[in-house]
Amino acid sequence: MRNLRRQLLAGPYILWMAGFILLPTLMILYYAFTTTSGHFSLLNVSSITFSVHLKSLVLSLKLALACTLICLALSYPLAMILNKLKSKSQGLIVFIFILPMWMNFMLRILAWRMLLSNNGVINSLLGILGLPGLDILNTPKAVVFCMVYDFLPFMVLPIYNAMARIQKDVIEAAKDLGAGNVTIFFKIIVPLTMSGVISGIIMVFVPALTSFAVSDLLGGGKVLLIGNVIEQAFMQEYNWNLGSGLSVVLMVFVIASMALMNARGDEGGGTFT
Amino acid sequence: MSKRLIDLQHISKSYDGQMVLDDLNLYIKENEFLTLLGPSGCGKTTTLRLIGGFETPDKGNIIFDGKDITGLAPNERQLNTVFQKYALFPHMSIAENIAFGLKIRKKSKAYIEDKIRYALKLVNLDGFEKRTVDSLSGGQQQRIAIARAIVNEPKVLLLDEPLGALDLKLRQDMQYELIRLKNELGITFIYVTHDQEEALTMSDTIVVMNQGYIQQIGTPEDIYNEPTNAFVADFIGESNIISGIMLHDRLVRILGIDFPCVDEGFGSHTPVDVVIRPEDVELTAPDKGILKGEVTSLIFKGVHWEMEVMANGYEWLVHATQMQPLGSHVGICVDPFNIQIMNKPESNDEKAVETDA
Repeated sequence: MRNLRRQLLAGPYILWMAGFILLPTLMILYYAFTTTSGHFSLLNVSSITFSVHLKSLVLSLKLALACTLICLALSYPLAMILNKLKSKSQGLIVFIFILPMWMNFMLRILAWRMLLSNNGVINSLLGILGLPGLDILNTPKAVVFCMVYDFLPFMVLPIYNAMARIQKDVIEAAKDLGAGNVTIFFKIIVPLTMSGVISGIIMVFVPALTSFAVSDLLGGGKVLLIGNVIEQAFMQEYNWNLGSGLSVVLMVFVIASMALMNARGDEGGGTFT
Repeated sequence: MSKRLIDLQHISKSYDGQMVLDDLNLYIKENEFLTLLGPSGCGKTTTLRLIGGFETPDKGNIIFDGKDITGLAPNERQLNTVFQKYALFPHMSIAENIAFGLKIRKKSKAYIEDKIRYALKLVNLDGFEKRTVDSLSGGQQQRIAIARAIVNEPKVLLLDEPLGALDLKLRQDMQYELIRLKNELGITFIYVTHDQEEALTMSDTIVVMNQGYIQQIGTPEDIYNEPTNAFVADFIGESNIISGIMLHDRLVRILGIDFPCVDEGFGSHTPVDVVIRPEDVELTAPDKGILKGEVTSLIFKGVHWEMEVMANGYEWLVHATQMQPLGSHVGICVDPFNIQIMNKPESNDEKAVETDA
């Protein structure tokens, strides 16, 4: 009886999951494997091999990878610096880092569009300083730049958390046993933060791979990511079957990259994943 | 007489303006089991961390085996530490943990494997090589931490309250283990604890500290039987500490009664503190004692009865194997040999503090 009541409490969430996660997924799968007339077909899925689709998928993978690597390169030293600070200032700086995340995602992208434009703030400032202007708007560079800006906290926070969890004792023990700073970094700090790095990579790579809003607004229609192709299929061509087919392919890539990362995390010592 | 291995000379250390150690002088002999004992905040852990190299003194020098090591980093010192919370590397197997220091010293694979086997045998954990850290109990982790330290053949092993997190039974077993280890390895142990029983059981020398000052250095027998001041007497075991007046050599007046004792050299009519251990108070028939009193509290402690006896305005703590019923009238006797006379504290640093811990 009590069990049943407890299960009832989960009811709203189960309804939510069924209605807004499970059902749409099933619908995508249905559309993906049927034609407009409702017959079974693999054409929607296999159309990923069309050169225009393939090109945007490869570009998406490339940009997502670049974004992830840049985020990682920026976040790791940052997390180390944060961890060295006194705990009071740590909280403040982490807060400052999270602050932009409270602003609407679209607004942030639009702001960068203004900032990066030819007559924008950044170029005006560079002009005043007598430096050459920055002409990256409507290029893949601007897209990567803005994605890095958007997703950086998702990389910093898990790494910072993993680093903060390392006990001071453990570092001192390593020193005590004769390890210098380089050894401590590679043998203790890196392995113990690997779980944070992996969740950071997943949390940056996956949204970067599936993103379309950033490329829409900062790519000027010239940067066509797989997300944009899918969006166009749904919104402009009203070809739900094609859009669903490409989505399924993208989903496979997302799941594969997550599985790959989780597998890496398991063999990396496991206690923190 | 073995030689001095570590010499702490005029060490001072403060954190954020708070003085932790003030002009501390201490030497540690080779192959000695030395315990730094005191309540929390007495500076014992700071002293250990200074020796380990995790802190540098504001003033003073640390001499190790004739060389000044004051400025050396921990990894440049020939000593290893066993941490209170074990501090094992959670991402490594037991074998990798133990091998850590040896790999850094670029020892051969065969040598490392030999050492791991030897160390695990020494701490009674044979066959644990492949286990993970979190599959081990607290006591086992502590043994691995010891194994990880001793494979590097340090001249000195520093132990920072290593048994603090273990339960009572395990703690007692580990005390004997540590004594055995110390004897088998033949190296110096510097041990930090706030547990007086631990200190008495294991140490060759005990250094009692309070508020950054050394109160007394001596063997466990010295410290227990002849505490130099009320703080030490109070911290090491239970005791009756009573104000008295040393009338002249071998005679002290406590609670208005003159007690013969064996101490000399305090002058005449000097105010002193008198320490009488509860087990040294003898209860007799009311008319046979030096003092008359009444039993006001009675608790059975297993090995002995703990009684409180009100006599001449002082509540005497008495440990005896024979019980006197509550409310009964008794006489109190003390053997002159068991009366310990101490000078009154001259400064606040020596004043006894509450140590219920």
